[in-house]
Parts: sequence; structure tokens; C-alpha cells
Amino acid sequence: MRRSVAALLRKDLRVELRTLAVLPGMVLFSISIFVLMHFALNRSSVEGDLAAGILWVALLFAALLGANRLFVADADQGGFDGFLLAPVPRSALLVAKVTTMLAFLAAVEVVAVPAFALLLLAPPLWPGLGWLVLVLALGDVGVALIVTLVAALAVRTRARDLFGPLIALPLLLPIVIGGARASSPLLSFGHVSTPAARWLAMLTLYDLILGLIAFALFDFLLEE
Amino acid sequence: MSLTLERGQTLVVFGPNGAGKTTLLRVLATLLRPHRGTVEVLGSPLPADGWRVRGRLGLLGHEPMLYRDLTAHENLAYHARLHGVDEERVGELLAALALRERRAEPLRALSRGTVQRVAVARAVLHRPELLLLDEPYSNLDPAAAALVEPLIGRSARVTRVLCSHDIGAALGEADVVLGLRGGHVALLAPAGATSQREIAELFR
Repeated sequence: MRRSVAALLRKDLRVELRTLAVLPGMVLFSISIFVLMHFALNRSSVEGDLAAGILWVALLFAALLGANRLFVADADQGGFDGFLLAPVPRSALLVAKVTTMLAFLAAVEVVAVPAFALLLLAPPLWPGLGWLVLVLALGDVGVALIVTLVAALAVRTRARDLFGPLIALPLLLPIVIGGARASSPLLSFGHVSTPAARWLAMLTLYDLILGLIAFALFDFLLEE
Repeated sequence: MSLTLERGQTLVVFGPNGAGKTTLLRVLATLLRPHRGTVEVLGSPLPADGWRVRGRLGLLGHEPMLYRDLTAHENLAYHARLHGVDEERVGELLAALALRERRAEPLRALSRGTVQRVAVARAVLHRPELLLLDEPYSNLDPAAAALVEPLIGRSARVTRVLCSHDIGAALGEADVVLGLRGGHVALLAPAGATSQREIAELFR
């Protein structure tokens, strides 16, 4: 399993490095949202709930953009069949794609979060940065699981660009709620408090449930 | 249709476009579930025991199952890792198919014939016991066809199912001939008991 996951990961990252088909689009899209929000809200800076909401919505839409491309090379170039013919557990593909998506999200956040702090965020970012990284990481696991499952389902349909986001958005809602509520105190002025434990617990629990569902469903999604 | 193929035998499948040749190969390759009937491949019933068969069969279809942005070597190394085959085998096949010079070029820069050679290497990388071949010589010039012949040609160790439109050449490889038309069996006979004219009728 470990060997096949490593082979899949290496292949995905190599294809992305060579084509740059996913990551630059995700980064540009998230930064574009910050710029648009600056003009749409007619505010040069935001904090608290508003800041958390903008950050999470931008990251989720960037994730959806990346998800649409996650399986495209596999579906269009016969990579699915090549993988299905190999004597490896099918869940290796799930683990590899979720890990690839997590790597993409982390790369986007490394650029987008400082850009957000520079362009829109009023309070300084660094006092609550450690907690924010934890909240983002918990949210990213859920986002990666959802978009991977949905992308695997949507990629063989004709309207995959429409179908994927339509299914994914309702499933992403608990992550928007939990992520934004947990991030809000970290993006506020004054003494930075820790995120409420219940939102962290909710994100963790949702990740666990999604992980179990993903492992149970993924094999069936690959059936033709 | 009821058919048993012994080890080392070749079943040649003829039929016009849309007759069901590719579907048959995909069912045998465990990529499609049969709607009816029973299929046993290499002693394992499908789809229940499909996992036992994967890795023991090689499929060479219309799609090369290779990534256009990866090189020939990277593609084969990726499949070798999935099949637990060592890197030496990749080098051996690149040499056998005269691909060493072009091993570092992305597939999108290669001709269709060269990509077909890489696809042949991918299909036989793990030394499969059953080869499922869909027009394996398409896009290949005579020199390239001669290079792939030792890898996908007749062998006592390998059972083959070969789909082809080239009646004369494929009939020479066949032990059993299957003719399909509109998803149904139109002809099933030992190769010696059928003629080119009978097979040509399938395409009318």
C-alpha cells in the first residue's frame, strides 16, 4: 500500500510540476477573491467574523477549482484503467489523491494567507498564527476528503465542472461553519483567545466521519 | 457463448466496429462487470475474485494508459512500482523496443507509433499470463511491429485474446476464432475449421 501510494503521489506531483495545471490557478483564484472583496465591501481592512468568512470561502472555492482537475489526467489519458489493472488496493488511489489535494491546499495557504493579511486583514496575523495553522489543517483534511470523493464521482460525467461543486458545496458547509467560527477569534483585535474547543472538536469529528465514508465508498466510485 | 481457452492458446476476435470486441476485453480485464453469464479468468470467477487476476493480465487497448506529460521511462517506472516490478525490467523493455534514445522525452512529443511501443512495454512489464490485445499493431510500421512481436506474439506461457480487423494476419495467429456482430456471437470455431471468406461475412 505504501509503495503504491508513493508511486501515485510521485506521478501526480510530477505531472503538476510539468503542466502547472492546478496550483497556479488555485493561488490566483484565492488572491483574486481577496482583491474583489476589498472593492465589493468598500473596506480596506476586515477583522473577526468577516475576515474569517472571507478567508474560508476563498480557500474553499480555490479547493473546488483544484478538485475539478484532480482526476482529469487519469480519466482522459487512461490512467484510471492503468491503476485498476494493478494488484494494489484501490484505497491507495484515495490516500494518494487526498494527500495530493492536501499538498495543493497547503501550498495555496502558504501564499494566500499572508496575501490575505497584507491585502485585507486589519489585526496582525502572527499572534494567533499557530492556532490558525491548526484550524486550517483540520479544515483541509475534510476539504481534501470531500473534493476527492466528489471529483472521483464527477470526473466521468460530461458536466463534471458543474456536477462536482454542486455536490461538494453542501458537504463543505460544516467545514465553512466550523473553520470560520474557530478562526474568528484568531483574526480579531485585542488579546488573541484560543479557538473554542467545540469547533475544533467538530472539525476533528467531521474529518473522522468523512474518512470512514470515503474508505467505504471509494471502491464503488471507481466501478464502471 | 461458452468458451474455454487453454494456456498458450490464442483466441482471435473479429467483428465490425461496435460489435462488442472492446467490451469483451474490458470484462476479461476486470474493468467492466458482466451483466449476465459467468466469466472465469485464470481460474478465478469474475467479478468476485477480480483482485486475484489483476496483475496477472496485461491489457493493450485503444488508449495507451500512459500520461502524456511524463516520459516513456517515467510512465513505465510508475507502472513498474504499482506492479512491484524492479527498474531493471523497465530498462530491458526500453532497450528491446528501441526506445532508449527517446526515454527522456514526454509522450506528447512522440509519434503515435512510438507511443504504441511504450504501451506494449506497459502491457507486458509484469510478464502477464494473459494478454488482452486490441489491434496491437495499429500505428506500427513493419520495423516496429517486428520489435513488439517477441513481446506480444505467440508463447507457450501466455494465453492471448486478440481483437483485429486484419483477417489474414490474425487468422494465422488463432487457435480459436470468435466472430461478434451487434454484441452477439456470430461465429465460434477452431481456426482450422473456418475460412477468411466466412470471417469477411461478419463485416458485411
